[in-house]
Amino acid sequence: MTHKDSPTVIAGFLPLVDAALLIATREKGFAETEGLELKLVRETSWANIRDRMAVGHFQCAHILAPMPIAAMLGLSPMPVDIIAPMALGLGGNAITVSNALYDAMNAVGELTELEARQAGLAIGRVIEARRRNGHGKLVLAVVHSHSAHNYDLRYWLYASGIDPDRDVEIVIVPPPFMPDALANGRIDGFCVGEPWNSVAAQAAQGAIITSKSSIWRSSPEKVLGVEASFAQTRPDVLDALIRSVCKAAAWCADAANCSELADIMSRPDYLDVAGEVILPALTGTVVLGRNRTISDPDFFMPFARAATFPWKSHAAWFYSQMVRAHQTVWNPDDAMNAAHVYRPDIYRRALAGLDIFLPSADWKVEGALSQTRQVSAVDGSLQLGPDGFFDGRIFDPEMLEAYVKEQAAGPSS
Amino acid sequence: MVAKPLSILVIDENGARASIIEAGLRGDGHDVVTILSDVTRVARQITEIDPDVIVIDLGNPNRDMLENMFQLTRAIKRPIAMFVDSSDKAAIEAAIDAGVSAYIVDGLRKERVRPILDMAISRFNAFSRMERELEEARSALQDRKIIDRAKAILMKSKGLSEDAAYQLLRKTAMNQNRKISDIAQSLVTASQLLEP
Repeated sequence: MTHKDSPTVIAGFLPLVDAALLIATREKGFAETEGLELKLVRETSWANIRDRMAVGHFQCAHILAPMPIAAMLGLSPMPVDIIAPMALGLGGNAITVSNALYDAMNAVGELTELEARQAGLAIGRVIEARRRNGHGKLVLAVVHSHSAHNYDLRYWLYASGIDPDRDVEIVIVPPPFMPDALANGRIDGFCVGEPWNSVAAQAAQGAIITSKSSIWRSSPEKVLGVEASFAQTRPDVLDALIRSVCKAAAWCADAANCSELADIMSRPDYLDVAGEVILPALTGTVVLGRNRTISDPDFFMPFARAATFPWKSHAAWFYSQMVRAHQTVWNPDDAMNAAHVYRPDIYRRALAGLDIFLPSADWKVEGALSQTRQVSAVDGSLQLGPDGFFDGRIFDPEMLEAYVKEQAAGPSS
Repeated sequence: MVAKPLSILVIDENGARASIIEAGLRGDGHDVVTILSDVTRVARQITEIDPDVIVIDLGNPNRDMLENMFQLTRAIKRPIAMFVDSSDKAAIEAAIDAGVSAYIVDGLRKERVRPILDMAISRFNAFSRMERELEEARSALQDRKIIDRAKAILMKSKGLSEDAAYQLLRKTAMNQNRKISDIAQSLVTASQLLEP
């Protein structure tokens, strides 16, 4: 039971499926069990969330995993100190294209599965044909320049031999506007979190061609961003919050709870969309459009495979991609500071003593596990992987500088 | 030497509010003011407008797109930073509470642009107040209509005068600690259900 004097935490969120962890924390009583009052405020832009954290309206928020790093590097117009002591799941994005682009890709490639390599080959051929015929560049949208969507999309293009700066145009569109922008021809495709791919696919406004889980299996997407001075002054409240969100994540991951969760999330104060477009990410059974449906249990993972653990190697990878996207210039100190925005130490402190396995390392080599494997954990062992990029490249955070230099050489094919 | 007039861009999907801001800016002697309601058009026009100050409403989901445009400095020649610096928390908070945000060209003197934000904040607040009053007036009108219907029902079914019907509604509301309009609404609903 919450008491009159239980601490109140206000969290901002954007209407996306991975807000599920925070929504369940509030709605299923996990916050209450920890003696917290969690208030959730829906916002319209990531900029608003950042600004409202800066002035103390929000103590924490559902935010894009690279955002706290961008803020630390001074890449955003408003200075704010945000740490990431917890991740909010793995996966959850997809790339959706217009029906016209799908048909063009399907004519020159194979699009039955969500396989990133095949989709990349097909879009590469379409881009090449457009160039030969003097047609304009394809316009692809992401939600924010400092987002996993942007870096996933760019990685996929690069690894498919396409230069995202030269061969296509990448624009920013708010998530809820994506399906309409696609339907009215303003953009040719987008990379966005659910439910907005499913909204477009189920309304036959476009077709999903590949997913984040295919581009980079078990990859990071959103984090629990926490305003640094709050983390410092109220560690007890922060720990209680992390515990409650972690328990909520386990609840979200239970297949038996999918339909209840979808019902809660469809409410007007949360996502305000039909449950049918929320369910695909939760169940892994995704309607792709153009008469295709797939089942991918890795599509979005709220809990399994240490999905809420804030790996410093994830932060380091985002930093490497900021350099690759020319958003910042390589600097070893920045790289180290970027990694330290992620705080696995706080995560471990909060969850110590609970029946949740905690990785004992802060860093891991991304792409090293082709199979699920037991790894060392603080208390026994934990199942991780498979992880890895679709092009087979390994990201070893100890070789960060070499990775950045190699990528600066341009697209590979 | 007279400083070059500031070019101010106001981005607001609410046309009425944008006009109020524009009037305020012109009243303060700012003549170079551009109003855009559609952010997607900003990309094409920003070099032409060449703004020193950009005012945008916080409800606008396209803020992320606008900030991305700032990062691509090629599009606007000079980098633009958030208007208020971090030492000015109270001003940021006042702006956010009012629902407005602003950006300025880096290097502009704070004293020159601060009155613009202050004006925007007060006009945004005045606009919300006006909307709230309008909403209250609308609901007061609605209340009066429903009370009139309830009075008519009582006058007809109990043979009361208009004044006596109103007194009965008022007394019931007082006894039940509810608003007269709520009692009236219940009565109207009940009588609709009982209609043959």
